[in-house]
Amino acid sequence: MPALQEPQPLLAVEDLHVTVGDHEVLRGIDLVIAEGETHVLLGPNGGGKTTLLNTIVGLPGYRVTQGSITFKGVDLDGLEIDERARLGIGVAFQRPPAVRGIKLRQLIEVAAGDGEHEELLADLIGELSLRKMIDRDVNMGFSGGEMKRSEMAQLIAQSPELTLFDEPESGVDLDNIAVVGRAMNRLLKSERVGKGTRAGLIVTHTGHILEYVNADIGHVLYDGKLACKGNPRDLIGEIGKHGYDKCVECAICQR
Amino acid sequence: MSAIEQRKAEIRRLAETAVDKPATFGPDLDLAAFNAAADQQSVESLASLNKQIKETALEIGFDASEAGRSGSYFQMDRSPIYRKVEEMFDNKLEIMSTEEALVLYPELMYEKYYWRNVAPDKDKYTAQVALNHTEGYFIRVKAGQKIDKPIQACLFVSENNISQNVHSVIILEEGAEANVLTGCTIHPQVREGLHAGISEFYVGKGAKLTFTMIHNWSEDFHVRPRTGVTVEEDGVYVNNYIMLKPVRSLQTFPVARLVGDRSRAVFNSIVYGLDDSYVDIGSETSLEGAGTRSEAIARTVSRDKAVVYSRGRLIGRNNDCKAHLDCRGIVFSEESTQWAIPDLASEGAPGAELSHEAAISPIAAEEIYYLMSRGVPKDDAISMITRGFLDLDIPGLPPALRRQVDKALEETAKESL
Ligand SMILES: Nc1ncnc2c1ncn2[C@@H]1O[C@H](COP(=O)(O)OP(=O)(O)OP(=O)(O)O)[C@@H](O)[C@H]1O
Ligand SMILES: [Mg+2]
Repeated sequence: MPALQEPQPLLAVEDLHVTVGDHEVLRGIDLVIAEGETHVLLGPNGGGKTTLLNTIVGLPGYRVTQGSITFKGVDLDGLEIDERARLGIGVAFQRPPAVRGIKLRQLIEVAAGDGEHEELLADLIGELSLRKMIDRDVNMGFSGGEMKRSEMAQLIAQSPELTLFDEPESGVDLDNIAVVGRAMNRLLKSERVGKGTRAGLIVTHTGHILEYVNADIGHVLYDGKLACKGNPRDLIGEIGKHGYDKCVECAICQR
Repeated sequence: MSAIEQRKAEIRRLAETAVDKPATFGPDLDLAAFNAAADQQSVESLASLNKQIKETALEIGFDASEAGRSGSYFQMDRSPIYRKVEEMFDNKLEIMSTEEALVLYPELMYEKYYWRNVAPDKDKYTAQVALNHTEGYFIRVKAGQKIDKPIQACLFVSENNISQNVHSVIILEEGAEANVLTGCTIHPQVREGLHAGISEFYVGKGAKLTFTMIHNWSEDFHVRPRTGVTVEEDGVYVNNYIMLKPVRSLQTFPVARLVGDRSRAVFNSIVYGLDDSYVDIGSETSLEGAGTRSEAIARTVSRDKAVVYSRGRLIGRNNDCKAHLDCRGIVFSEESTQWAIPDLASEGAPGAELSHEAAISPIAAEEIYYLMSRGVPKDDAISMITRGFLDLDIPGLPPALRRQVDKALEETAKESL
């Protein structure tokens, strides 16, 4: 019997190399997210944060040239996007596409799966103020804040075990950050019995969202690698003072 | 010779000049290849129609139970075999065959309504209808009457290789409102043939006509509708057209003239081109009155070897008019061709505002991935998006028909994989 009960790793990324086009964006990422943990991913623009998330999601165009991604013990290599989603991976996109002819309501319903969703819909419409959007084509002409709320609603319906949030607070005003933050908490804390403990990975530049969501560990994605690991708020503070360049050498780095 | 006799002779003479005149658009047909339609027996009630006919009619929205309808008209080949106005609409609405209306109201018909919106010498198809014994429905809604339940009509072809010639007239008097559903279809055993249909609609002052046509043909069938509409002051004309099944060739280009000030026209078209179908659809709106408005929206999907033309013509003829065209297509097969042809003209109307959006493009991959990321399998995602693309918000569809269109779209989208 192990002396310390190690939390079960939900997501394990090992030595991941990813090429986009002919540019190697990720060059050896190692990341373990255990059940119940929320991680934060920081890093400069163009550093590869979205690339990492999209690779985990399984979007085409992100070529894994080396390394592996394992989720709940399953190697994701070769699994389609929808198979990964049904396995328990959800994503709030940085810039989700508009889909002509598909209403937000429909997308929430398909994300929720089989069965009746009256109650869930009513709940989400109230909680995320979706009344103005629910019967419109999804993301078509949605404002920045509306788009994020729409993403949250779809994810709550989907109820994934690991949720990847790509800049959930960008383009969102202060009132809406609170709403989005509440939704994120709901996603990160399991409400359903028997659903296990949820986990998350949040990409943020400002850290504003951390006012609403508790995060355990922060990482800095720099030069294709996770260069720093530490308390997310401390990292943001350090980056604010010294910039990303100094990050690799910074004092609080635990890596 | 009386005025009526003169007019009859004139229609005949005009038609005769056009018997060999090909249509502006679409493949030319040899009309001699089709037989004349035979007479069919009238029925006392729609219940007595055989089950297969009833089911075929239901697919194009004609409900033989007549539930939720204000009136019905059923034509088989060239014979009007059934017509009825529900009692509660008795003095508000007239439904009869066009031949009957010509007998009952000769002056009115020949002076104002018969061959006034469509010219007998337009092409060989109008000539064909003008020169041969034809029926069709006559629907008139009395002034101020709002018929809140749809009027349904079915034009049914039961014999192989005939030419079904139809001439229909709809009149909405001042302030009247009606919703007419016309379904055109053929018996499952019919393979080839021609449907040549003249439709003349007159929308009076402040009246509103919603006209929905659903077509359901087969691989070897040819279709040539000819439609002309005039809309008076403050009148509204809404034209919905749905075709989701294969056809050998179909060419239609309804023309709406907004003659009255503040009159409006809306065209919604949904076309699914399959197999070897040749489909050429479009519409023209002539904006003549002050403050006239129009919108034409077309969604076309094609696969297999289908060829689809989607045309839209807007002609501004008044300084104060505004119209928009929106046609979008998706081509699903490398052997299929689509044309989107927007066509705008301002004729001596510097103030006319006419615009269009035309696009032919595949479903964006990122939209498919987006749905997949919520757990939807790829095939289902494509079918959902295709269905959504074709699923225009069509006004005036009764719930039962809405469900049928949904079902047809569902099936269609599934087949598209
Ligand atoms: N489809 C693509 N084709 C070519 N290059 C791409 C593509 N997608 C991403 N890249 C490149 O990969 C690099 C990483 O981009 P990524 O979007 O992952 O960065 P990011 O860390 O999310 O940045 P931001 O903070 O600005 O969102 C960038 O240089 C970007 O231009
Ligand atoms: Mg990004």
